[in-house]
Amino acid sequence: MVRHSVLKFLKIFSFTSILFINSSFVAAQKNDAPQLDMTVNRGVIKPLSLAVPSFIKESGANSIISRELAKVISNNLDSTGLFKSIPQSAYVSMPLSFNTPVQFSDWSIINADVLVMGSVGLKPDGRLEVKFRLWDVSQQKEIGKGKQYFTNSESWRRISHKISDTIYTRVTGEGAYFDSRVVFVSETGPKDNRTKRLAIMDQDGANFRLLKHPPSLVIAPRFSPTTNKIIFTGYETGKPRVYLMDLSSEEITSLPELKGMSFAPRFSADGSQIVLSMTENGNTDIFINTLSTGAKRRLTTNNAIDTAPSFSPDGKSIVFESDRGGGQQLYIISNQGGDAKRISFGKGRYATPVWSPRGDLIAFTKIKEGKFHIGVMRVDGTKERLLTTSFLDEGPAWAPNGRVLMFFRETPGKAGAPSIYSIDISGRNLRKIKTSSFASDPNWSPILN
Amino acid sequence: MKNVGLAIFIILLLVGCENNKGFKNSLDKAQISESDIEYFQNLVGDTVLFTVDQSGLRPDAISILNAQVNWLKEKKFLPITIEGHADEQGTREYNLALGARRATAVREFLLAKGIEQDRISIVTYGKERPLRVCSNEECWSKNRRAVTVVGKKIVE
Repeated sequence: MVRHSVLKFLKIFSFTSILFINSSFVAAQKNDAPQLDMTVNRGVIKPLSLAVPSFIKESGANSIISRELAKVISNNLDSTGLFKSIPQSAYVSMPLSFNTPVQFSDWSIINADVLVMGSVGLKPDGRLEVKFRLWDVSQQKEIGKGKQYFTNSESWRRISHKISDTIYTRVTGEGAYFDSRVVFVSETGPKDNRTKRLAIMDQDGANFRLLKHPPSLVIAPRFSPTTNKIIFTGYETGKPRVYLMDLSSEEITSLPELKGMSFAPRFSADGSQIVLSMTENGNTDIFINTLSTGAKRRLTTNNAIDTAPSFSPDGKSIVFESDRGGGQQLYIISNQGGDAKRISFGKGRYATPVWSPRGDLIAFTKIKEGKFHIGVMRVDGTKERLLTTSFLDEGPAWAPNGRVLMFFRETPGKAGAPSIYSIDISGRNLRKIKTSSFASDPNWSPILN
Repeated sequence: MKNVGLAIFIILLLVGCENNKGFKNSLDKAQISESDIEYFQNLVGDTVLFTVDQSGLRPDAISILNAQVNWLKEKKFLPITIEGHADEQGTREYNLALGARRATAVREFLLAKGIEQDRISIVTYGKERPLRVCSNEECWSKNRRAVTVVGKKIVE
């Protein structure tokens, strides 16, 4: 049987960002030529099967790390829905040394498409040395070049994420996103008396940590794309107001020149500006604040609720929600102000628009007939697709590669509480992120350095 | 005898008023004097309700606010904070803005009736502080509210 190659997968996968393709690798295998069955429904791509043996232990590394490095990589890639790990118990052999030739027959017999080979050793100075190579089993070829990393031993998880990013990028052609973090709101206590605190975790839910900020009411933290800071809305003075937090010291400072109540802040892609909404005399409008000077500029002036603004990646435009036409709809305005152009026209209400880091799509929350949805549309408002539905789905946040969204889903009733989920922009692969408390308002960091 | 009569009157008033937290249980609380903040909260009524997505004052709200004005005029030394709230059927940011509209509607009513501007501050909680926790109109209608909190002032 001739197996399809990983490169064919790459071609098919990159197609799916536009169309839902019911591609069948089984057919491809039979005919020795991939056949694309282009039914425009939610077709499922057959995931590539993945083998990630425990990393080979070299000079003094411990076996827990050698096993966990492989496990985190498997979990990351499985979480995309594009890969499926073969359980290690099914392997017919385990690699014994990093440099001996790969026994491809041992991997093709268990139908592995992709093999990840790694090693980990402990250097005399205490650092870990991690190496890996990526193999296309059917073609018996290496995919890209091997890589080598050095790190202190506490940071081994980040190496797993970096290796996962390399594999994901080489196989799918998409940008990386595993070596990233999520800032969010950790919620505890009963529904009518929630304590809401700022928290941070790795993208896969590991390394959960509450930020030092005192427990109070906090809303929607967002990462700076360029500095180690977040911006959020807090009630320190009793009113909602926008604050910056330096993540290295966890000290907070308030944004200058804000009057009344301010909320819904986001950074521009270059990190130099904040767009936010401010309420004066009951009217909520959009403003831009330049961080270096503290100068504040008004973008909208009407009596409607204008809020939830988000910059385009080039900083020239802002998408926001407004009820100026009656119900909540999405609008785009120049960073110089002027007329806003409405882009959403479907039935229902549209809210919390967020511009994709790739610039091509806008994610939003939609409320229609009592249900909440997370959806995406093109920047001109066309090709709207709803990805989720529930009692309450809200607050989409883009992965750094613009292919995956996180959001929070709240369950109804007295015991109702929020959890963070992720979903691919194709609408596939809805996953709940495990957190040790209720969790809402996720925001995804850029790829870490 | 007079006190007992007042107590019975107050109990009768409370029967139809089940959302008055912490005021259900005793005769002692019924002994509160008209000048107590508890009297304002429970007998004048510190809360007005709103229609879905609206911040306009309904007739039931206006009668409560008129009573608030009368009480507040007797208490010139007390600052006031008006808290605006929304139900959970909306997004977080929109609800913050909507709560601000509701608090502002109450503030403007009080100002128009002669309550001094520098006594009043407003705050929105959006959907962050629900009073009732079920997920249907019975609770939502109670959560779409503006609460006049006496004795509290937010310093900018």
